[in-house]
Amino acid sequence: MKLRTVKQHMAFSAMWVACGLTLAILLVVIGYVMIKGFALINLDFFLTSPRGGLSGEGGIASTIIATVYLVITTLVFATPLGVGAGIFLVEYADSISSRFVKKLVASARFGVETLAGVPSIIFGLFGYALFVTALHFGFSILSAALAGTCLVIPVIIRTTEEALKAVPMSYREASLAIGAGKWETVWKVVLPSAVRGISTGIVLSAGRIVSETAIFYVTLGGSYRTPTSLMSSGRTMALHVYYLAMETRAFDKALATAAVLVVLIILLNLVINTVSRWLSR
Amino acid sequence: MQRRKRQFDTAMKYSLLFAALASMLIVLMIGVFTFREALPAFRHIGLEKLLTEPVWRPGQEQYGILAMIAGSGLVTLGSVILGVPLALGCAIFLSEIARPRVRAVVKPCIELLAGIPSVVYGLFGMVVIVPIVRQIEVPGNTGFGLLSASIVLAIMILPTITSVSDHAIRSVPKEYREGSLAMGATKWETVSRVVIPSARSGIISAVVLGLGRALGETIAMIMVIGNSVIIPAAASSNPLTIFLSRARTLTGNIAVEINYATGLHQSALFATGVILFLLIMIVNSSARYLMSRGGMRKSG
Amino acid sequence: MKLFAGRLLVMVAGFALLMAACGGGEDTDTAVPVEDVHPEEILEGELNLVGSTTVQPLAEVLAASFETLYPEVTVYVQGGGSSVGVRSAADRSADIGMASREVKVSEIQENPEIVVHTIARDGIAVVTEPGCTVEGLSLEQVRQIFAGEITNWSELGGGDMVITVVAREEGSGTRAAFEEMVMGEALITDSAILQPSNGAVRTTISVTPGSIGFLSFGYLDEQTGPVAIDGSLPTEENAASGDYTVVRPLNMITYGQPEGKVKVFLDFILSEDGQAIVTAEGYLPVD
Repeated sequence: MKLRTVKQHMAFSAMWVACGLTLAILLVVIGYVMIKGFALINLDFFLTSPRGGLSGEGGIASTIIATVYLVITTLVFATPLGVGAGIFLVEYADSISSRFVKKLVASARFGVETLAGVPSIIFGLFGYALFVTALHFGFSILSAALAGTCLVIPVIIRTTEEALKAVPMSYREASLAIGAGKWETVWKVVLPSAVRGISTGIVLSAGRIVSETAIFYVTLGGSYRTPTSLMSSGRTMALHVYYLAMETRAFDKALATAAVLVVLIILLNLVINTVSRWLSR
Repeated sequence: MQRRKRQFDTAMKYSLLFAALASMLIVLMIGVFTFREALPAFRHIGLEKLLTEPVWRPGQEQYGILAMIAGSGLVTLGSVILGVPLALGCAIFLSEIARPRVRAVVKPCIELLAGIPSVVYGLFGMVVIVPIVRQIEVPGNTGFGLLSASIVLAIMILPTITSVSDHAIRSVPKEYREGSLAMGATKWETVSRVVIPSARSGIISAVVLGLGRALGETIAMIMVIGNSVIIPAAASSNPLTIFLSRARTLTGNIAVEINYATGLHQSALFATGVILFLLIMIVNSSARYLMSRGGMRKSG
Repeated sequence: MKLFAGRLLVMVAGFALLMAACGGGEDTDTAVPVEDVHPEEILEGELNLVGSTTVQPLAEVLAASFETLYPEVTVYVQGGGSSVGVRSAADRSADIGMASREVKVSEIQENPEIVVHTIARDGIAVVTEPGCTVEGLSLEQVRQIFAGEITNWSELGGGDMVITVVAREEGSGTRAAFEEMVMGEALITDSAILQPSNGAVRTTISVTPGSIGFLSFGYLDEQTGPVAIDGSLPTEENAASGDYTVVRPLNMITYGQPEGKVKVFLDFILSEDGQAIVTAEGYLPVD
């Protein structure tokens, strides 16, 4: 009996240690980046753009603008497609009678699952081949956003699906019973109740674009000038961290930019929580 | 009026169907385009040579990606060895041991670990982990190499494995635990002999998913692995020193060279992409298969 | 329901405001009083430069000066490597391609329309991590080191330390020029750390004890130690006098003879002002 309790103690302690170690890693990574990074951050860092070729001078102003620009462009492409696909898969797919369309739906499901597992460098490679070279969009916000769309579509579809599934069946039945059409029901009854889940997915996607580097390393060009149009090349904050560290050895500036990124990601996580609470009140 | 409404409904239905098909179309287009660009490489170099030739020297028309396959394989293995025990410990802790209040704090923290951009991990690897690994006194050790890359990768796959295994363990029915406890087993015996075996396929698929994530990571890898095109080998009589060797991953091969490549060289990089894509498809579908099998057994 | 619509409206408004804020920032960037514009002609629009990462930083500085003369022109400078530079000019996806090596005969045969403009010359320096004590090497020794035949600094009179070779990617103009001028028939060793740019090579060398690599003159700084080859240090004077021989041209490539703003830009680079910038950035002017 005693041996068994000792065993249990030992095993549970090991689990405690594993979890403690994981939290310690988290603390070390975030702590190191924050402490080293914040030493360099001031208002100027946000308001000036990188300059001086590869000397690593200047702040991150133009990279912030490029990031915002890219996130918005990507979401403009990805949101209608992703939300539309989610609506179809939950609200319409089951009522399909045609065998051909049923096959299409099955292949669409397979597409979403496959897309979710594709490594981002493949999207980069694809974006480089199709958008940058074949379609002559060049290294540009447009090429990068289109490649980025492939990355976030599965995220938006899945969150939309989950949000729609959470809406009680009775809402739909009641709406249909008072003579509303299918689309009317979806638009006026189902979507408003699911909007918090859907917006969570959109914010989540924004986070993915902010964090992504590999796709944009091969499609965005990396110019640190402020982008002025969809056809401009650009450099997101994440890409700037890479260039600062690898190209210029400005590790302090790279850590400062990384600290801003980490704070942004934490904020986005908070926004997800708050928005969902705020909209569901 | 009623008819127009119905027509509108039908129109909406088909536009939504189109949106749903977009993902499939994207997958198809990725497949077609990558493969089309890779075709010259498959034709002029040949799949067999591509996969078995250890030398990659585009300047000399030598295109073998065996070294990159070895690099990707070893770094993934290293990250699994380092990351899986931690991740499983965390998952068991979260699902079986932690009180709800502890869980409510720890779970979001681990999720946060998943949200941190990979370039930040790469940077952390460059400025913290590489200098530490460099202290190991083996001739030729520069710090850049498989060990540093495996450590960085282990941190990156930890949250994936933890959350999926946590989910799998929690979906083991309560009755299993109650039954075991009622028969006089201790809590640990219940966990180790009843709960974990029941969640086994879920846990394995969690590990396989982590493997997929590790194979696909790019930017953090090129920052810490050294990017040398060699088949890693041990530097001394100790076989473990193989992990101090530099290497290059399949993903890194694409990222580092694609913007510099033309002609057959570029095509060979697309071929690298096709092989990576197929590899990850195999890994991910085996994870899905395991998961669905686990689900069936639970309900059956 | 009304409440929901209201909230949605607030979100949309916030979003629009954010976009307007970004757009506003750009307007102030480009709006310039008319009297500041260069009197001779008003040029406007974009110029796209793509190619060699060696030429890139120089081009960025040249572009910045050019833009103060012609504020309505925005010059975008992107990397990609010399081969991509040549190709981008040939398929006209860029206005100007950049290459840090001679354009190959095969490239000219494939694209007979391209015109090559040499805008500067650049030496390639062999550098080590500053802790290495070996200061001079013969060209033959450099070749042996990069070929992997000499693997320890002790063979060269230094301390007992393994030599780590750092080199550029295949496709890089700097690598091609280095191979042509230094390596001859020999191949760079497989165990070399390969990095995708001059900057990344410099970073790797400065943080890796016992490492050696090659860099464009423009990237030399105090964190890497230059190595004298056959007795002459990689300096601009030695390169100009011909004592230091590892020197290659930096080229800009256009599709056909340059016209309009492309011509004005290239003329600016070759003008006295432009060549003064070339010199100030650590490259050799063209005669």
